[in-house]
Amino acid sequence: MNLRAIWAIYYVEMARTARTVMQSVLSPVISTSLYFVVFGGAIGSRIPEIEGVSYGAFIVPGLIMLMLLMQSTMNASFGIYFPKFVGTVYELLSAPVSYVEIVIGFVGAAATKSIILGIIILATASLFVPIRIEHPFVMVLFLVLTSVSFSLLGFILGIWAKGFEQLQIVPMLIITPLAFLGGTFYSINMLPPFWQTATLFNPVVYLVSGFRWSFYGLADVAVGASLAATALFLAICVAIVAWIFKTGYRLKN
Amino acid sequence: MSTEPIIAVSRLSKTYDTGFKALSNINLEVRPGEIFALLGPNGAGKTTLISIICGIVNPSSGTVTAGGHDIITDFRAARSQIGLVPQELAITPFESVWNTVSFSRGLFGKPRDDAYLETMLKQLSLWDKKDSNLMTLSGGMKRRVMIAKALSHEPRILFLDEPTAGVDVELRREMWDVVRTLQASGVTIILTTHYIEEAELMADRIGVINKGAIILVEEKAELIRKLGRKQLTLHLQKPLDAIPPSLAKHRLELVEDGTVLHYTYDTQGERTGITALLADLGDADIRFRDLETKESSLEDIFVDLVRNG
Repeated sequence: MNLRAIWAIYYVEMARTARTVMQSVLSPVISTSLYFVVFGGAIGSRIPEIEGVSYGAFIVPGLIMLMLLMQSTMNASFGIYFPKFVGTVYELLSAPVSYVEIVIGFVGAAATKSIILGIIILATASLFVPIRIEHPFVMVLFLVLTSVSFSLLGFILGIWAKGFEQLQIVPMLIITPLAFLGGTFYSINMLPPFWQTATLFNPVVYLVSGFRWSFYGLADVAVGASLAATALFLAICVAIVAWIFKTGYRLKN
Repeated sequence: MSTEPIIAVSRLSKTYDTGFKALSNINLEVRPGEIFALLGPNGAGKTTLISIICGIVNPSSGTVTAGGHDIITDFRAARSQIGLVPQELAITPFESVWNTVSFSRGLFGKPRDDAYLETMLKQLSLWDKKDSNLMTLSGGMKRRVMIAKALSHEPRILFLDEPTAGVDVELRREMWDVVRTLQASGVTIILTTHYIEEAELMADRIGVINKGAIILVEEKAELIRKLGRKQLTLHLQKPLDAIPPSLAKHRLELVEDGTVLHYTYDTQGERTGITALLADLGDADIRFRDLETKESSLEDIFVDLVRNG
């Protein structure tokens, strides 16, 4: 294992975040905090509690999950797309680095950034709304699994994308709608029966539900199903990345 | 010097997904410590060949070894020995010079060695710019950074893909000095260039590639000797309307309004025919005021090869 290469990629990616701290850290923290203020403080005070949890506190896990999905995908996709865009990807491909090492470097950095952001947002949220974490181990597990899975998705997206516009398509047109319709702001039990069933086809439901369960013990679907769905998504992403490197798709052909 | 090739390419072919056949059954060996110049017109397959050897492009068939290691099955050992300066100026614009060469060294699994990087940056006249942002550097400086990145992990083999394209004469000469210094330290250099003068000046051996096939590989001096032609130019005292029939047996060409005669002869021939020509000129009462001989350059040879290949 070329550990120095992994560290070199990881370090450069983390240094990029440090250089762009306003965009990489402050911007997502502020925009997510605005949700707490508006939905938690202003509107949330007029919404009754959901199964004993105030609305402001109820939406915190979903908002953290929304941020995790977006940031993991965007950070990892940009991380691998930018070397393709400026041409420096030749260096990665000509170095004595295995595909696994490249993925660990890029995905590890993107996931690290997302986890740090998740912790900052959790701390920020606790200033506005009362939060409790009933299952901290499961919370960390979901935090890490989700960050890694969607960083892998972002990595795939970055290799697939032929332009900056394509880089934005998945986060904006797929992940954001799925997150908003995946129970971030409501329990799916509030929906009519048909839509409760239809929503179960949205993978984000499992992530939000499992993550919320780790906070308040409330879940729309069984936590085991949530973990299984997350693990399945992770496995699919790993398989796609393995196929990309095996075939050289949009990298070596 | 070892006789084992440091690069061995065997029956290598590449067809891109688009169906374009870039390389066809390439066989090539590069000797350790030499400067090997790969010449060819645009689209001949030079960059594809280099890209496959360096691991950037997948081959369709055939094998390549670098330092005796297969580039696919033993890619770590093979790639560790190779440094690549690609044709395009590809840099991360927001990095500093020091950070980008440190990154390259780390990527190749080498432990941190600030003293080595300092020496290398000084050799390339980059030390004063080590903290500069790459996007603030001139084109020539960026080109040097590319070389610094390729040398950061102390490679035994260096690929220079059009290294002096678009750089000024002074920098080009500086780069030639760098290449000579590297060769003196034992680095094998494979160079592609459009500047025939560069190949003529630098290379030990020349390979010519055209339409995805290697046309020939030859020692530079031997190539010029074998394929070179000499030309005798005679500046006449009085212009001629046409070449007289008595001189038709000689390979003559009348140019510049009949004031200059060109006589082309083969350097390999036992006799050049110059003595007979001069005697025939005297018999025909054609006098000349000056004469000169010119040997064909590598560029002339290259153009002939590509045209006839």
